[in-house]
Amino acid sequence: MRKGGLFPRTALVLGLVFLYVPILSMIVYSFNNSRLVTVWDAAHSPTLKWYGVLLSDGEVLDAAWLSLRVAVCAATVSTVLGTLAGTALARFGAFRGRSLLVGMTTAPIVMPEVISGLSLLLLFVALQQVIGWPHGMGALTITLAHISFCMAYVAVVIQSRLAGFDQSLEEAAQDLGARPAKVFWRITLPLILPAVLAGWLLAFTLSWDDLVISQFVAGPGSSTLPMVIFSKVRLGVSPDVNALATLMVSMVAGGVVVATLWLRHRQRRRERDMQLAAAANL
Amino acid sequence: MDQSAARKPIEPRPVRAGRHGMERLHRPSGRRIVAGIPALWLVVFFLIPFLIVLKISFSEPRLAIPPYAPLITWLHGLPVPRVHLSSYAYLFTDPLYLRSYLYSVMVAAVSTLICLAVGYPMAYAIARAGEAWRSFLLMLVVLPFWTSFLLRVYAWIGLLQNDGLINNVLLRLGLVHQPVTLLQTDFSLYVGIVYSYLPFMILPLYANLEKHDQALLEAAADLGARPLTAFLRVTLPQSLPGIAAGSLLVFIPAVGEYVIPTLLGRTDQIMIGRMLSDEFFQNRDWPVASAVAILILLLLVVPIVLLQRVERSEMEHES
Amino acid sequence: MNALPSTATEPAPPYVRIEAVSKKFGEFLAVDAVSLEILRGEIFCLLGGSGSGKTTLLRMLAGFETPSAGRICIDGEDMSAVPPYDRPVNMMFQSYALFPHMSVERNVAFGLEQERIARPEVRRRVAEILELVQMSPYAGRRPHQLSGGQRQRVALARALAKRPKLLLLDEPLAALDRKLRERTQFELLNIQERLGVTFIVVTHDQEEAMTLATRMGVMDRGRIVQVGTPAEIYESPVNRFVADFIGSVNLLEGRVTAAGAHDLTLHSETHGCTVRAGRRVDCAPGDTVWAAIRPEKIVLSSEESPGEALGDNRLRGKVREVAYMGDVSICLVETDSGRTVRVTLPNRSGLAAQRDLRHATVTLSWDPASPVILTR
Repeated sequence: MRKGGLFPRTALVLGLVFLYVPILSMIVYSFNNSRLVTVWDAAHSPTLKWYGVLLSDGEVLDAAWLSLRVAVCAATVSTVLGTLAGTALARFGAFRGRSLLVGMTTAPIVMPEVISGLSLLLLFVALQQVIGWPHGMGALTITLAHISFCMAYVAVVIQSRLAGFDQSLEEAAQDLGARPAKVFWRITLPLILPAVLAGWLLAFTLSWDDLVISQFVAGPGSSTLPMVIFSKVRLGVSPDVNALATLMVSMVAGGVVVATLWLRHRQRRRERDMQLAAAANL
Repeated sequence: MDQSAARKPIEPRPVRAGRHGMERLHRPSGRRIVAGIPALWLVVFFLIPFLIVLKISFSEPRLAIPPYAPLITWLHGLPVPRVHLSSYAYLFTDPLYLRSYLYSVMVAAVSTLICLAVGYPMAYAIARAGEAWRSFLLMLVVLPFWTSFLLRVYAWIGLLQNDGLINNVLLRLGLVHQPVTLLQTDFSLYVGIVYSYLPFMILPLYANLEKHDQALLEAAADLGARPLTAFLRVTLPQSLPGIAAGSLLVFIPAVGEYVIPTLLGRTDQIMIGRMLSDEFFQNRDWPVASAVAILILLLLVVPIVLLQRVERSEMEHES
Repeated sequence: MNALPSTATEPAPPYVRIEAVSKKFGEFLAVDAVSLEILRGEIFCLLGGSGSGKTTLLRMLAGFETPSAGRICIDGEDMSAVPPYDRPVNMMFQSYALFPHMSVERNVAFGLEQERIARPEVRRRVAEILELVQMSPYAGRRPHQLSGGQRQRVALARALAKRPKLLLLDEPLAALDRKLRERTQFELLNIQERLGVTFIVVTHDQEEAMTLATRMGVMDRGRIVQVGTPAEIYESPVNRFVADFIGSVNLLEGRVTAAGAHDLTLHSETHGCTVRAGRRVDCAPGDTVWAAIRPEKIVLSSEESPGEALGDNRLRGKVREVAYMGDVSICLVETDSGRTVRVTLPNRSGLAAQRDLRHATVTLSWDPASPVILTR
């Protein structure tokens, strides 16, 4: 296959450099003893000083814990809801209200977050007035808000996975006597599990990272990690934030590497099995 | 039993002869639940909130909790709506807001174009790469997305500030004698937006380009077209849906961006997302904030509908 | 060669009744008012090209499509409101549709598990059916660890595990190579006979249909054109489409010159000959008809007295091409009028004899019983 010319490949390399230089610079400077970016304090660097500062900062740790709880909760619920929505859109053909569901699952993805945040806060305020719940803004309202926009992303992931799914498997299961719910549970779901997992991870990341919507719907006592980071960085560079960035990037990169290796291992084993089968049955 | 009747004329044009596996025949109530639960959630947490925003945009601001007057009051047992257009009037007459809207649209548009200029060659290169490389490169492109958006924007502060890395390098190389103001300019704003939204441009473009049939380019070459001509006449037109999808996925959220302008953008001209937030949190003027939101939505309705059309036609194209 | 229905003594009521069934997809009419009766225990083949509607009809039998008009009755029961999981029908899919995340054993057991049969009983029946298709040693394997032929057997076993009264097969032999196809054909016949299951097979391959079917239906553009045993369809096609679709045929167009009580004479301008057929068909002198003559029924001999007028059922021409196929040779003979007639000759004397034929002038002749007269 033609490699596609020098210009695109140069652009790709430069683009990747562009994408990674900021991340790498943060990582490097997280080990710099000096606060200043200009000065690489060679005498005392590299140091883990800022990691110490980070991990002993109570505010940061509390916020991280809150963000984690919210993210896990929101990811799980939005995965369930998103899978239901994605299944309905991919498999049910035309039904009453389908265009509405389509609109409601694609709009949150592009909606500017300030609008989503504002509308959700106003909703909670109105609910408070009318039925007295929720009692003030906090982890619950943040979680509810996150579920609402994460679910749209999961729905898109699941819908596109199901669109490419071999329907004859579902038909075969029906033919053998399984009702639609059983078919979904025993045939479809196990086979789209990687996509469901990917959806969960996506929802988790979106919730974990979210700033704007959280700012709108959080209460006085509850700050998520992005909110804490944001207030720190408005004042300028803060090396403990660099340390945090390094930790997060390493975790994500580590996770991706593990996942890739595991997938490749599974793929190789599959291919070997198929070759053996073909060879043995000549 | 043979068919002895004369043949009826059969319409030659099949329209969507698709598979209808689970049709009307078996539509158990289970279906209603499956579609209904997420729909209900979204109606409550997505649709109704918008209606509330709309309602409040017509309310009168009050020094109270919540800071707006109820829309409908009862007079002698009859509902009387008190619709105030003052919020909208304020927005349309205050030049600050008009400028902010226009500025936001312009920034979003320019960022989209830059994203396209940068992202298209990258997507093209990935699509043309060998099998093994492709997933690796895609992973490289997507990986930053999985690390915190906020942190990555923050990283640019460190790079662009007066005593930041870039200025350091420029000074050391002797290209400048004084630090160049890079932060809190239009330049840093564009850098930030392009940086954050690049994956949203690359992925749809890649998805489209990957499906292109190499044979078409070979046919064009065989007919005498040079590579550039072949690209312009064969590849580019085919990639238009990908361009449309990517551009809309960047433009629409960029209009209402808040974080990037706040951290990297100018202080003398702010984008509309920031104005909404300030109006809400600082001025505590909920009706005006709501009106700002509604007007942003009106601005974006056409692009959003366009995006849904493009995505729908891509899905149909695939099946 | 063909399995006969097991109940051959008295006419059994039709097991499957397809009554005026049509299916429309938007504007497109895929199945056009098809009526069909299928008897218990027979192997019925739906034969047709792509777009003929055969697969759609099969899917309606399975319950994956609902008829736009008409109804389907299986064993006397109207299936209109019955979903696929409640029908006494099982299907073997063209792509096999084996569940990739389950072993062979689990795949085959799946249908039985839906019936809430006790575990030990399920195991026993799975073992039994795997034995029947000779896949017992592979019970623990996953589909991707099997070859194409093995997957097909598993698909068959899975479809038969529930002992359905009716089994639908969608192009069962299409994905197999030639040798495997032949072997599998006979195995299918074997299994059908042992279990007494009614088969409905959809195929585009006429050889497959001719081998498997006790009766077959030829479909074209959504309609059933002819139903009969393979012999009936081959020897007595009802129209030119069927005659041409099954095997090869020579169609001689001509005008009826005489219609007697037991025979028919027609004169063909296009081929420059007279055909006297020993069959009676409903037509009058002056009508345009076609004489369908199969290539293997034509006798080829070196030219008799040239210049003399030919009698009935005789044709003169020049051999334009001879294709050596091993067991037979196919001769293309060009008539004086420019038409090509196809003749199949058994290779009794080997290649050399056939080579001599090229460019030779020959006389073609056939028995009056051979031509089939078609009015449409």
